[in-house]
Amino acid sequence: MSRKPISLRTELPLLIWLVIVWGALWRDFSPGNLLFGALIAVVVARIFYLPPVELSGRFNVLRAIPFALVFLAKVVAASCQVIYLAVAKGPKVVNAVVEVPLRSHSDLMVTATGHVISLIPGSLVVEVDRSTSTLYIHGLDIRDEADAAKLCKEVQDTEAGLIRIMGSKAELAALEAETAPPAPPAHTKGETP
Amino acid sequence: MTPDATGVDAVIDAVTAVFLVLGALMSLTATIGLLRFPDLMSRMHAATKPQVLGLFLLLAGIGLQMRQWWVWPVLAVAWIFQLLTVPVSAHMVGRAGYRTKHLHPELLSVDELEAVVRRAASEQEEQTEAGAPKDR
Repeated sequence: MSRKPISLRTELPLLIWLVIVWGALWRDFSPGNLLFGALIAVVVARIFYLPPVELSGRFNVLRAIPFALVFLAKVVAASCQVIYLAVAKGPKVVNAVVEVPLRSHSDLMVTATGHVISLIPGSLVVEVDRSTSTLYIHGLDIRDEADAAKLCKEVQDTEAGLIRIMGSKAELAALEAETAPPAPPAHTKGETP
Repeated sequence: MTPDATGVDAVIDAVTAVFLVLGALMSLTATIGLLRFPDLMSRMHAATKPQVLGLFLLLAGIGLQMRQWWVWPVLAVAWIFQLLTVPVSAHMVGRAGYRTKHLHPELLSVDELEAVVRRAASEQEEQTEAGAPKDR
């Protein structure tokens, strides 16, 4: 354990989660049991030392709740899509492996994005390039370049949503700068961005 | 459930029945997908997504029938662990499948990983030819 000790603040979410799991497994959320669970959580976190998850320190609940609801709806949609494709297309389904560069370079964001997009319709992470934070995604029923571009955009939108929930301040600022371009003088008329 | 089925009980039973049937249907879908899809990675789609939703519906059915608040945390933890582990397993299988070429290139409309893998492989070859086989 030559590494620098983790501060309690970065470890706290992990400890709380361990206590919740403890209480759930014992089906007992009485204070005594939770206290004992907390004790065990601290001991376990000390003995089985893992690299700390680098949390950004911000978590936007107001954005997290709609995101979670949309996510649930997308899980349902994903299953319906798989049903449809399995029955209607079957062996003739055409897929693609698409390269999606992500904005964030933090491990947590890349992991969270990979998890979410693995559960929403038609995408599955095949390969991760951590150095450039690029995801290679296997898309179901991607027939041409346009579909691939759509998939790429969806993944990046998912990442944007996650950044708004729990990305670091720098990532959020970069995202805001990107999504709100200097619109008024550049575009004369027509489409909204 | 209890023999004196009041209105609420009947509704809960009906919802449970719908959830259980839908959940079972999801498992069936996963099987159909495994049989019908042509290659490993599209089968992974079938094996992961309906499974997550199916488990959610079945757990919700259990929770509705148990009528005790303490089952909900257990069920929630079970589902969250499923959410966390399913993408990882799918990714590991998909990755291994891609690397060992268990796929049909003619069924891929776009493949942006192939060039990257080929470049990495040729770089590795150059390294070993240059006489510096550091790792493997």
